[in-house]
Amino acid sequence: MLAIMGTGFNRGDEGVLLQFRAVSFSTPSGIELLHRVDLCVDHGAVTVLAGPSGAGKSTLLRLGNRLEVPSEGVVCFKGADLTALDPQRARRSVGMIFQRPIPFPGTVRSNLAVADASAADSAFVAVLRRVGLDPSILDRVADDLSGGEAQRMCIARTLLTKPEVILMDEPTSSLDPENRIGIEDLARELANEGIGVVWVSHDLSQVQRIADRIEVLIEGRNATPAETLEFLNQETEGEQ
Amino acid sequence: MSDTQIGWMGVTASLILVAIAVGLSLWQQLQLTRSMLWSSARAAVQLLLVGFALRLVLDSKASVWWVWLWVVVMIVFAGFTIRSRAKEIPGIFLLGTISMLTVVVVSLSVIFGFHIFPMQGRTIVPLAGMMIGNSMTSCVLVGRRIVGEFSDKRDEVEARLALGLSSSDASRPYVRSALRTALIPQIESTKAVGLVFLPGAMTGLVLAGVDAVDAVTVQLAIMYLILGSVATSVTVMGLGLTRQLFSSDHRMKPIARASH
Repeated sequence: MLAIMGTGFNRGDEGVLLQFRAVSFSTPSGIELLHRVDLCVDHGAVTVLAGPSGAGKSTLLRLGNRLEVPSEGVVCFKGADLTALDPQRARRSVGMIFQRPIPFPGTVRSNLAVADASAADSAFVAVLRRVGLDPSILDRVADDLSGGEAQRMCIARTLLTKPEVILMDEPTSSLDPENRIGIEDLARELANEGIGVVWVSHDLSQVQRIADRIEVLIEGRNATPAETLEFLNQETEGEQ
Repeated sequence: MSDTQIGWMGVTASLILVAIAVGLSLWQQLQLTRSMLWSSARAAVQLLLVGFALRLVLDSKASVWWVWLWVVVMIVFAGFTIRSRAKEIPGIFLLGTISMLTVVVVSLSVIFGFHIFPMQGRTIVPLAGMMIGNSMTSCVLVGRRIVGEFSDKRDEVEARLALGLSSSDASRPYVRSALRTALIPQIESTKAVGLVFLPGAMTGLVLAGVDAVDAVTVQLAIMYLILGSVATSVTVMGLGLTRQLFSSDHRMKPIARASH
């Protein structure tokens, strides 16, 4: 299944949905978390971002959703610098799913309304079905949902903003194996619908199940092809 | 001397109650004796200084500008006090001072615009003092609460931002909760007035020989003004602080957790 591995899939702008070009990011205290990272995200593909803890994977996703801005380099959405776009519109185009599901206080309906206050119930029903949830949960208190249901609801909430890219930061790390597979299948379906999916994962078997492409980050930079292979082999050996 | 002027003998006699408090502290080994004596002495010195200064400022021959200067000093001092109570909040001095200034402008405009009280030195200083004094505590409370809420629920706020909400929309539920927390004590105290406690202004007027119902009308006006002042100050502080915690492109700035 894996088509491309390593070093940010360097190429031109054509057809690229979201592109990180030589992106660096430092904290206000001056600690550099990312150093000249490249990454391309295409329509209809699942790009897996792998790497050891602290490699800067989550930070890179935050830059893609415009929750942070790069210290150097640019993040481009359809060729346009993300910082030059209206941040609210940019975030609706490049959605983000966090590691733990984050339901807001209130019902599932009120959670969905945060993403689109003008949407009718029929739109909520449709999006719940799309993520594999029974529409009857609309009036349930979001905090009472199981982990898997809550994460699906968060995906539904993000889908209401009609994103062209979805950034998923280890979205199954707090879920049981059954729900893990379910969310992976959902990510694959979204990619098949044309959405560009970026998926952060530590789990090599999961990477093999869902990745069209893999990019490995090590200490805040793109791993070389040799380092990528070494990292993936280490993971495999660790699992045996 | 009228029957409401207690004189130095009266003040000295009231020290018996301080002696009782000190005696209780010694008996129960509370180790508060020094604090009690210090706070009593400090209050005496501070109030006497204020009394003599007020006598000069409120003299009918003195310029009214001295009164307004007094109010300005109160506002700035309130800003410093707010900062000293919540040092961890960024820009708290300026926000606190602006809140107090807004409270004074709004409340005194209503008071004098609608001729609730005559605009004189003897009304401006105590009324401004009451508005500022009551608003200060609420401002500190709402500031700390907002910082606490945003710090504890940063992931929720960022999840809202990630959906494309503006910083004001993303922060609204948490600001609302903080404003409610700061206002509820004032609402409760307004509800309980007369049933549980007799407020200071009314007590003072009754002690000064004013008819009880007249004293009540003055107190009612003051209570309503205080409620309005507290609501105004916490709103200015809440919205100003929230604005400060986000960048212009709707990103949340790093927040240091408030220490309690």
